[in-house]
Amino acid sequence: MAKVLMKGNEAIAEAAIRAGCRHYFGYPITPQTEIAAYMAKRMPKIGGTFLQAESEISAINMVYGVASAGRRAMTSSSSPGVSLKQEGISYLAGSDLPALIVNVQRGGPGLGGIQPSQSDYFQATKGGGHGDYHLIVLAPASVQEMADLTVKAFDLADKYRMPSMLLADGTIGQMMEPVELPEETDGSGVEKPWAVTGTENKREHNIINSLYLVPEQLEVKNLERYERYKIVEQNEVMYEEYMTEDADICVVAFGIAARVSKNAITAAREKGIKAGLIRPITLWPFPTEAIAKAAEKVKGFISVELSMGQMIDDIKLAEGCKKPVALCSRVGGMIPSPEQVLAAIEKAERGEF
Amino acid sequence: MHRVTLFAGHYGSGKTNLAVNWALMLKKTHERVVIADLDIVNPYFRTKDSAALLQAAGIEVVSPEFANSNVDLPALPAELYGVVQQRGRYAVMDIGGDDRGAVALGRYAPYILEENDFEMIFVANFMRPLTQTPEDALEVMREIETAGGIPFTAIANNTNLGRLTDINVVKEGAEKAERLSQLCGLPVIFTSAEKGLGGLYGVKNVFYIELQKKYYDII
Repeated sequence: MAKVLMKGNEAIAEAAIRAGCRHYFGYPITPQTEIAAYMAKRMPKIGGTFLQAESEISAINMVYGVASAGRRAMTSSSSPGVSLKQEGISYLAGSDLPALIVNVQRGGPGLGGIQPSQSDYFQATKGGGHGDYHLIVLAPASVQEMADLTVKAFDLADKYRMPSMLLADGTIGQMMEPVELPEETDGSGVEKPWAVTGTENKREHNIINSLYLVPEQLEVKNLERYERYKIVEQNEVMYEEYMTEDADICVVAFGIAARVSKNAITAAREKGIKAGLIRPITLWPFPTEAIAKAAEKVKGFISVELSMGQMIDDIKLAEGCKKPVALCSRVGGMIPSPEQVLAAIEKAERGEF
Repeated sequence: MHRVTLFAGHYGSGKTNLAVNWALMLKKTHERVVIADLDIVNPYFRTKDSAALLQAAGIEVVSPEFANSNVDLPALPAELYGVVQQRGRYAVMDIGGDDRGAVALGRYAPYILEENDFEMIFVANFMRPLTQTPEDALEVMREIETAGGIPFTAIANNTNLGRLTDINVVKEGAEKAERLSQLCGLPVIFTSAEKGLGGLYGVKNVFYIELQKKYYDII
């Protein structure tokens, strides 16, 4: 398959179509509007549905409907819009429905701004909506990964009957890079005997629901779900290690922050400082073991984020407070520079965290 | 050389990069050059990113007040009228992507058509997924003309694959641009290539450009 030049947002849309998604529901918001624009252009030509809903809340509930029928469905938005979707996401989780939610993050809180951010990490990985649940959260760091992880997100959602989230940021959404698009599939790889598709009087009817009148039953549902989450944690952790073999300083960063960090690590190595990077690709499940293993040999960690210190908590939990963890961040739509990350690495090398 | 050069095309086709390089080239032979950003669609990666470079070269920059800010307000500045009404400067106009971006041009089209000293360049990158064939590119051309109110007068082959661009990518693009030229009857004004890309023998009118890169462009 030949490569093409795409925006990150376009790559998400095309990859979703190639993963067999024929139902997109959304509401425009910068910096992810190209996803909707691309879907609006492509879906009618292939017999799919593009629907601009009257609000983000409607869009996520339309996703609930299509997911109930066992079809691949998605919605996309940016930070304030994803906040609006949280009720629907909780309902998807509570009804064990697979679906894809894309968040191309921008600065917050509130209306914030249109420039890139990673400050929805807590919202994506710790819930966001009400109740005990998890989303599978994937963090792309290139346009190629925008495409690949979109397909992965659909596959994992189907496999574990849970919603998944692609947590990108405005820069990767807007930037253009060469990409090899994934193979076309019809998205029917996983059997969905639970779907509400009509019984044809041949079976008991299926019910999609998150309401349980009997507390004992609701408890059992929660316990079952968490057994499934355990399997996800065991089997689906993804991360990249970069120059960590001999590293004294371990940078942890995802998405755009990881790209900047790689440049800083190269510069640090040129100065004789042994720095390396662990880049979580799944933010939930978090690469806890990889961090714990690194903690055995490094002097300390640096969490590079476009937020006020969110992922840093997961790093501390993973390494069990054995080693110090510094924060290096910019917020409000700003991106840390390689120089800033290099300065943090040099400081850590001197033992200052 | 026409007084006004406009760059329009599918979004992500490379209009801004070409406009910036075109303005820098014009400045070498002309005293007063102004570059105007009419993009009301794209939130990131704009002419304003190159403002310091352009101003250092003595080029006037007219861009929306809120470009590159946290505000999503696609308002165009009043100075844009000066670009089309005062005819003492050479002007380069960077039009927003697709027909939606070109709508903004409609407001200024009557002045440009009345003066009738313009080159309206369709920027084509045949490595973009929705304009991979001359036929698809032609469809986008017609949509932009309808929205912007100014007919194209030339085609620029800006076919590239980002950092993976090689001479084959550029040459294949040049061939498709020739086919687009036959379809619409307009000449291919140039083929662009990043400075340092050699081996483009046989490709007509190569316009060597410098790309404005960001530090996270490197993986």
